[in-house]
Amino acid sequence: MSDGTLPGGSAQYEVRFRGGGFSPSSKRWAGVLVFIVLIAFVEWGTRAGFISNLTLPHPSDVLATFGELWDSGMLIRHLGPSLGRLVVGAALGACAGICVGILIGLFSYIRAGIGPLVAAIFPIPKIALLPLFVIWFGIGEGSKYALIAFGTFTPTVVATYGAVDNVDRSLVRMGQSFGLTWFSIVRKIVLPGAMPGILSGLRISLSIAIILLVAAEMLGAQYGIGAYILEAGSLYDLERLFAGVVILSLLGVLTSGAITLIERRLLDWRV
Amino acid sequence: MDIRLDGISHSYGKLEVLRDIDLHIPSGRIVCLVGPSGCGKSTLLRFVGGLERPTLGRVLQMGAPPEKCLNPFTFIFQDFALLPWRNVRQNVSLVLEDRGISGAERDRIIADVLERTRLSDFEHALPRQLSGGMKQRVAIARALAVNPAVMLMDEPLSALDAQTRAHLMDDLITLWERQPFTAIYVTHDLAEAVRLGHKVVVLSRRPGLIREIVDVDKPLSERGYVDADLERIREYLWDMMREEARAADEELFNV
Repeated sequence: MSDGTLPGGSAQYEVRFRGGGFSPSSKRWAGVLVFIVLIAFVEWGTRAGFISNLTLPHPSDVLATFGELWDSGMLIRHLGPSLGRLVVGAALGACAGICVGILIGLFSYIRAGIGPLVAAIFPIPKIALLPLFVIWFGIGEGSKYALIAFGTFTPTVVATYGAVDNVDRSLVRMGQSFGLTWFSIVRKIVLPGAMPGILSGLRISLSIAIILLVAAEMLGAQYGIGAYILEAGSLYDLERLFAGVVILSLLGVLTSGAITLIERRLLDWRV
Repeated sequence: MDIRLDGISHSYGKLEVLRDIDLHIPSGRIVCLVGPSGCGKSTLLRFVGGLERPTLGRVLQMGAPPEKCLNPFTFIFQDFALLPWRNVRQNVSLVLEDRGISGAERDRIIADVLERTRLSDFEHALPRQLSGGMKQRVAIARALAVNPAVMLMDEPLSALDAQTRAHLMDDLITLWERQPFTAIYVTHDLAEAVRLGHKVVVLSRRPGLIREIVDVDKPLSERGYVDADLERIREYLWDMMREEARAADEELFNV
């Protein structure tokens, strides 16, 4: 039958493979490659002249500015306060968000009472409330912490109570059938079961925190990445502007990487 | 400790699920509940285990549970209900942690139940690494750890393939012979019922009533995988249920 025909005389074809795709696999080099190609293109374009110097700086100049920033010690001066604000604000917001989210997930009355409130707060652009926060918490660090915390809080709440809702009820029933205490069921079954959802919520909340960090620093901060970018922008100093933006991007990549690390540690039980 | 179900009726809203169930489960015996799907057998089990309340009637436990019994009514679920983030050992340990049993005593109990279910070599495996049959053995080990007075088995073998089912049935029989336990065993598989049950309780279609209680007198150890006596009883049961099972299958869900 190797001649392509069956004894009956009809032709023989190989079944066409159609099962490919839809299964992303880890190809890390592709991301790096995109960055390199993009940066090389801009460098070439600005040097060749078809990208005007008014639209984009030379990437090499941005790198040089970055070097200066590091050498003069200004990087630490700006990054230090920013990181402090980010950590304090995001930690406050995320912790409060996880707690409230769990309460909403567990208690019907709290869900009925607080749920709509969270839904009402969620779409408010927190930046619009900045002047209000300045009045409430002062022009210093307080209002910046509050803005970042408030912005991280709502998405964390929504992600957390969704995650608690999705915990397998049969596991909870198992816990009850073995006479586990209420607190044990929450700590040993509900919380670990909700952890994947909580962590993927945190990924979003922390990006929002970085966005709000810049917003907060644009108003009344002497040092900080946001202040640095704002100053560069008003002087139309593209190199410094881009250096600041790159720092923010790196910050985003780092937090996302940190979440991935936590996921790998805490969720190694998943397939 | 014997169990008595006393006039249990239950309805979900207007839908009557169970009517007037009176049943006596003697200590050290396995009672199988069979019936067409949707006849309320699993619901009845949850009443006995205290996970749900019947509309009418009571579940009575006759006398105190034995001394060392940590959790008198202990379930074995169809879907195993293992915590996927805990390994085999930790899954068993879970049910001991709230009982103030710690250290050497806990280690001793865990080692003992894992040995009885032939899982000693797998104590550090995660559930996702285990086959269905092994998962159910972990669930059985977990149940044995609390030294139950009554095992409530809710179709424990239904999620498994036929070979694994046969193996686990042998395992259950070995466990019972080593130390007879009281069990209510819900199943829709009549072969399982006649193989494991000392009594087979046949429930009718909704509303579930007890149609007949069939005693299987042959000792568990003498029952074989292919067994003419059991086959006769199985056929008798099937003749009784055949029509109702078909009708139940063609019913629409409106609960």
